[in-house]
Amino acid sequence: MTNIKTEKTQPVKENVIRKHKPLGKGDRVFYTVATIIVLLLTLIILLPMINVVSASFSSSASVNAGKVVLFPVEPTLRNYQTILGYKSVWVGYRNTILYTVVGTFLNVVLTLMCAYPLSQRRFSGRKFFSILFFVPMIFSGGMIPDYILMRDLRLLNTPWAMIIPGAISIYNMIVTRTFIQNSIPESLAEAARIDGCSPARYFFDFVLPLSKAIIAVIAMYYAVAHWNDYFNAFIYLNKRDLYPLQLFLREILVNSQFDASVMTDPEAARQMQGLAQTLKYVVIVVATLPLMCIYPFVQKYFVKGVMIGSIKE
Amino acid sequence: MEMSVNKLRKVLKRDWQLYLFMLIPTVYIIIFNYIPMTGLQLAFRKYTPANGIWGSPWVGLANIKKFFNSYMFWRVLSNTFILSVYGLVCMQVIPIGFALLINAIELPRFKKITQTIVNLPHFISTVVLVGMLMQVFNSRTGLYGVIYEAIHGTYPSDLFGELGAFRHLYIASTVWQNFGWQSIIYIAALAGVDPQLHEAAQVDGATRLQRIRFVDLPHIKPTITILLIMGIGNIMSVGFEKAFLMQNSLNIRYSELISTYVYRIGLSGTGNSDFSYATAIGLFNALINLILILSANTICKKVSDTSLW
Repeated sequence: MTNIKTEKTQPVKENVIRKHKPLGKGDRVFYTVATIIVLLLTLIILLPMINVVSASFSSSASVNAGKVVLFPVEPTLRNYQTILGYKSVWVGYRNTILYTVVGTFLNVVLTLMCAYPLSQRRFSGRKFFSILFFVPMIFSGGMIPDYILMRDLRLLNTPWAMIIPGAISIYNMIVTRTFIQNSIPESLAEAARIDGCSPARYFFDFVLPLSKAIIAVIAMYYAVAHWNDYFNAFIYLNKRDLYPLQLFLREILVNSQFDASVMTDPEAARQMQGLAQTLKYVVIVVATLPLMCIYPFVQKYFVKGVMIGSIKE
Repeated sequence: MEMSVNKLRKVLKRDWQLYLFMLIPTVYIIIFNYIPMTGLQLAFRKYTPANGIWGSPWVGLANIKKFFNSYMFWRVLSNTFILSVYGLVCMQVIPIGFALLINAIELPRFKKITQTIVNLPHFISTVVLVGMLMQVFNSRTGLYGVIYEAIHGTYPSDLFGELGAFRHLYIASTVWQNFGWQSIIYIAALAGVDPQLHEAAQVDGATRLQRIRFVDLPHIKPTITILLIMGIGNIMSVGFEKAFLMQNSLNIRYSELISTYVYRIGLSGTGNSDFSYATAIGLFNALINLILILSANTICKKVSDTSLW
């Protein structure tokens, strides 16, 4: 900051500074160090993922001998074949897809039903409803009262236990409400109303088509939450037929329980013992792959969601 | 009177469809959010299945007192607090640092790719994350064990059996999973810096590092303040999921948090489940959280004119 004068003596350079920014020595060091740090952080993210994928394609002998670092050792598809014969993974996948699809649909419908009236400035009772929906965000009954309610409603051990709790995320509802409020001009509602358009028709003809972006964002948030949910299943379900994938994953990954009796192939069942360590890697890949593959393409929607969420009214 | 009835009729005529929209969400929120709040009275009753929430005998503050006098009180309280503060510090400093650095780098392609990569782990489920943690830090077959062996010639001891390692593993994996995601908000804020400020600073001969210090950082200060205060507001509400998955008999002294303890007392089915006692602990936690978040919001309003509501 001290060499203002030297800059002033070379006014010609100003243009150059703006475009090409010739770097001082300090800056060059800074950019190099910054790039290296960012690269290192990226590597720290990538390394464990690469290691897990590589191990899942390696022979169990080399995994057990601790030979796998970055590349598969004695590459094989055997582990994947074994997992494909493991019934629990299939049952879990089926249930998770069911809960995710039905749950997300319900989430989006309920969230819109709630967000739309709250976004309309002239909706009388807006304040009352806003408070009603806001309070549970900062205070709740907690685990035990929730459980008793679910039990009393006879929802334990039903697929509904995976769909109904959290059917409206109040946070997502507020994000949606803010979006509708900010992106659809009030004058549009006014004009529609003068033309005799009812609030319901206004919703279907104008709000819904204009809210596609936010619907995509919250649908993805909800879907990921359903896909990754193990808490509700863990608390509310104890029938294995209803278990979502995450609960089977917990058994396999955290509790190290492989149930050989559900293997379709008895030969594979016998190999299971030696394979256990390697199969965990496979299970991680199988469970995470769908989200990881879709993510780079839908990233911008998620990021957009964070932005909208950070804007207040 | 006449007037207000008329007004009500007019409002209903005009907005009845909107009320119809609100009907199901309102019923839902009352059943699934407000009814459980009435269940909190269990904290002051002695629950028996036959009498239910509304019929079990009152016991006053007995359950709360029992918790205060229990040796677990300070343990779960301090475990929750320490883990939370540790996480809060790391999850503020690292994402901010990352955002400042990546914002300074002027290679659009490189920035985009690295950002996509560091955002990826955010979508890994808690179960899979803990599973990965156990695999990668396995002292024999995991990446950690293999590299350690290559350097030291011997295998390391099992980290999951070490009490002292629990917090570091917990926070390191949280940072690994979420620092990229957390930095999005700062990167967005940094995109709003007026380029003229940078140009002016450059003309004045400021280095890039000085521009971070005097241009970028002041610009995102309000964002940092809000997120920090909100983080403090949530300090006693560390979730159940991850700590529970990482728990084992060797690290339980550090890994038992308020939320996992509520589960253990109320629902785990080991020993005798005590709904009333568990609810009392949950209520205590919910009240602390409420006080913290309300104070955080008030402070936030004072400091930065912004608030959560």
